[in-house]
Amino acid sequence: MTISRLFIANRGEIAVRIIRAARELGIHTIQAYSEGDADMLAVKLADEAICIGPAPSKDSYLDIAKVVAAAQQTKADAVHPGYGFLSESPAFARALAEAGIAYVGPSAETIERMGDKVAARQAAEAAGVPVVPGSKGRIGTVDEAAEVAKTVGYPVMIKAAAGGGGRGIRIAADEAELRKLAPQAQAEAQAAFGDGGLYLERAVQSPRHIEVQILGDGETAIHCYERECSLQRRRQKVWEEAGAACLDNETREALCASAVALAQAVNYRGAGTLEYLYDSARNEFYFIEMNTRIQVEHPVTEMITGVDLVQEMIKVCGGEKLSLTQADITRTGHAIEVRINAEDPLMQFMPWPGKVGAMTLPEGEGVRFDHFLYEGYQIPPFYDSLLGKLIVQAPTRTEAIAKLAAALEELSLEGLKTTAPLHKALAADPGVQAGDFHTQWLEPWLEAGNLTKATTGGAS
Amino acid sequence: MTQIQSPLPGTFYHKPSPEEPAYKAQGDAVAVGDVIGLIEVMKTFIEVKAEAAGTFASYVAENEAPVMAGAVLAELDD
Repeated sequence: MTISRLFIANRGEIAVRIIRAARELGIHTIQAYSEGDADMLAVKLADEAICIGPAPSKDSYLDIAKVVAAAQQTKADAVHPGYGFLSESPAFARALAEAGIAYVGPSAETIERMGDKVAARQAAEAAGVPVVPGSKGRIGTVDEAAEVAKTVGYPVMIKAAAGGGGRGIRIAADEAELRKLAPQAQAEAQAAFGDGGLYLERAVQSPRHIEVQILGDGETAIHCYERECSLQRRRQKVWEEAGAACLDNETREALCASAVALAQAVNYRGAGTLEYLYDSARNEFYFIEMNTRIQVEHPVTEMITGVDLVQEMIKVCGGEKLSLTQADITRTGHAIEVRINAEDPLMQFMPWPGKVGAMTLPEGEGVRFDHFLYEGYQIPPFYDSLLGKLIVQAPTRTEAIAKLAAALEELSLEGLKTTAPLHKALAADPGVQAGDFHTQWLEPWLEAGNLTKATTGGAS
Repeated sequence: MTQIQSPLPGTFYHKPSPEEPAYKAQGDAVAVGDVIGLIEVMKTFIEVKAEAAGTFASYVAENEAPVMAGAVLAELDD
């Protein structure tokens, strides 16, 4: 079957991105919207649009029955879930299958399996993908813990085997500390869960976040190289790059091959991302989880490979084979994306759902701005704060940072407060320029007062 | 009669969490700085505080109602 009527079950910038991709494929687009989103850009751009409920997400974008009914009513033959909302819901994928509507993503079974951390770790190990080294199962005694820690390597993290949520987690730097902390962890686990069993794994120090983009058609899987997303605030990525400059070519090839092995093993269909922690001191990577959907930061991969990931996922989910082989995927230069959020970074990132005034958007070779803004648009307060993504590509990382800084100077969104000043300060930071950061780098940098009116010229 | 207005657009909540009672009930004394509700804006919760003292009359905006900046949320008797 070929998709001819695509229903977009999302909003904001990704809805705009999906409409553009579908339109180029000659597909009729149907945009879902809530009562709070009646005047959003995607509604104006789509061939048709349908209201699916009140503004709160739980009554509209997250309501499976309403979304499926709207897709049926508009005679859609496929649904694109975007990211967030229902994009990783096996129940949604199943409901669409029952309604005879194609889902632009993997099967409900794959979403379910890869969404379960334990099952995903087992699938990774079975496919030969490295995971964080740890005990095979439950550890009963302190001597046993010391034995396992010796093979895993210090520092180690001690966790309660039962339960979760961070309770009972301790980090031991060496055996002496382990012998002191393990009994405490055991006692705490016993008290909290009635089970003193422990689990032990290596504590990866100052890890980098590296992820691999994959594409599959259910039989064949390929990778489109990696991204580095180590600059995070409150576990949210704020700045993403393709590729990861910290990797040597041998490690890069091994990393990407491991991602393809796992994707192939689960007969993956659509676009997906495998996330890894990278320990630069040891030059080792460990799989942590898989996201079975398109990601916010997909454009950096598109910029360096020239592959339209959204079009590819629509085509394979309509039943086509991948239009590319691994040999067709090459990397050109370096790309960086920064997230432009409706938040005031000089006021503890206070949300700022303003009304868009005059807009000046950066343009030029190697500059892309994915967004859903237009002059006069009132940003609704009901959803997340992502307004757009500024993406640049240049021959080298240094040139990409310079291009980003210039594009940020050109970007002007009157009437709004955005995170653009944060990105200007980051682009000017020697640590960022040297690529010397990890996932715990940005928050202390902010706490140390690196972002002030003085560093950003007082302008937003 | 003093009105308490919303500082931001968003969703207004009378209660700190669904299981708890409303911040204020009719007849409660309200001091300057007392929290009378929450505004959820872009997945962030912001406390709405009284800028004048008085006696709580009633909520004007309903619990979980979408509100615009400047909307009247509650009224106090002077």
